[in-house]
Amino acid sequence: MNAASSDLISLLLGIGGVLIFASVIGYVLQRRLSPDGSNAGIENLNARIKAWWVMVVLIGIAFLAGRVGVVVLFAFCSFAALREFITLTNTKRADHWALAAAFFVVVPIQYYLIGIERYGIYSIFIPVYAFLLMPIVAVLRGDTERFLIRIAEVQWALMICVFCASHVPALLSLDIPGYEGREVLLIAFLVIVVQLSDVLQYVWGKLLGRHKIAPKLSPSKTVEGFVGGILSATAIGAALWWITPFTPVQAGVLAFVIAVMGFFGGLVMSAIKRDRGVKDWGHLIEGHGGLIDRLDSVVFSAPIFFHLVRYWWSLS
Amino acid sequence: MADHVALSLRSLAARPVSVAIVLFARAITAVRPIWPESGPQLRQCIYFANHSSHGDFILIWSVLPPRLRRKTRPVAGADYWLKSKLNSFIGRDVFNAVLIERDRAMRASDPIAQMAAAVDEGASLILFPEGTRNQTDTPLQPFKAGLYHLARAKPGIDLVPVWIDNLNRVMPKGEIVPIPLICTVTFGAPMHLDADEERADFIQRAEMALLSLSPKFSGSAE
Repeated sequence: MNAASSDLISLLLGIGGVLIFASVIGYVLQRRLSPDGSNAGIENLNARIKAWWVMVVLIGIAFLAGRVGVVVLFAFCSFAALREFITLTNTKRADHWALAAAFFVVVPIQYYLIGIERYGIYSIFIPVYAFLLMPIVAVLRGDTERFLIRIAEVQWALMICVFCASHVPALLSLDIPGYEGREVLLIAFLVIVVQLSDVLQYVWGKLLGRHKIAPKLSPSKTVEGFVGGILSATAIGAALWWITPFTPVQAGVLAFVIAVMGFFGGLVMSAIKRDRGVKDWGHLIEGHGGLIDRLDSVVFSAPIFFHLVRYWWSLS
Repeated sequence: MADHVALSLRSLAARPVSVAIVLFARAITAVRPIWPESGPQLRQCIYFANHSSHGDFILIWSVLPPRLRRKTRPVAGADYWLKSKLNSFIGRDVFNAVLIERDRAMRASDPIAQMAAAVDEGASLILFPEGTRNQTDTPLQPFKAGLYHLARAKPGIDLVPVWIDNLNRVMPKGEIVPIPLICTVTFGAPMHLDADEERADFIQRAEMALLSLSPKFSGSAE
């Protein structure tokens, strides 16, 4: 067994241990405080823990299956996220071919390009080619009503759900000297830091939260939760330096950037939900709402993390 | 003999095809049922729904619990579902539709009698009282009288309104490629025809019962 897969396996075992611990706590809390399922907070916690198990198992299988597994997994995530996003936009019949192209042409091509590691084309395929070609496809139908709004919504959906999300598997294509064959651990680093930052912001907010940080956007988010969550995620990131090509200080700084971007990503996406009058993006994951509700922070941090690492560490 | 072989081949193929159609519908629409507070009711009933796409009954069918699904038959126009061999295979063999003739002049049998016979055999029915697909901008077209006549022929049976949301955006008329969008199927509380209720009153009550399940009607997006 090489170093990469043994690191990956110890990481997965560690996460499994954390989840077992969380499940035991959830079970005890439920037996003690909510035996008849009446405490909504505890029921929600247990639904979340159950969904975490499913997610960790899926990601674990994809990681062990290697590059193809990870690319395919995120391609499906993009598909489902795009479906949630477009459902909430004001599409018209005239957009039919542009939308069909977004789902059945743009998504597969973007992930194919990620799969064959062509940075020169996958980094511009959506911002340049899709950006210009989609409105051309839409305009051919000749319907000008709310045209700018319609094309802008589809562009934004593609950038967020496909382009940004695809930067998670794109981490596999980085060429970092002395880190060959271990790139999958960069994805693990990103996902663990972002998700734990979300959870810890929630936990710190519940424990100490007094001052709302964005009452209009996200009434449950507090200053105490933000500070506590970001700092603990930074500390966890630094402690995970052994799975990365970074020093502990570098890992901490990158984890800080990831957590802050993730926080603001959550705010932006929640502003869109409020604009559309919905509480969740969908109902894909029990206890978590839709897929975008889980992915919003990853989506905002992935491209920044990718480009920081590519600029400072990667040869390609 | 050849006919016999063809028939058993068709019924053999019907089950995997129905599974494939339901899986495809789920993959595109991630369809989610919304049941009344009391949960899905298991009694025989007549589901009546808004109609905007040929996929409508497939969505209702795929969210029904398998036990109910097996004895639920859509009521559909014979003109469309007997148009080609493929249509007829899907309509008859896969979904076991009650095929009725919509054109009065062509009728060999009374549609209400056909539906009532299916109910007598124990089937639940899926009925689209608008008669044809709604291609207008109004959420619901005026109901035809079929639902009323069926309710009169089978008094006491539960009439369950079912609102299908978003499928018209997935596959507008004339398009071939479906757009993946999330659809919901909302089941309302069962209603019945009152003993002395006039036809127009009943139809209006049924239309309102269905329309009130629409998310746009209630004013909230979800």
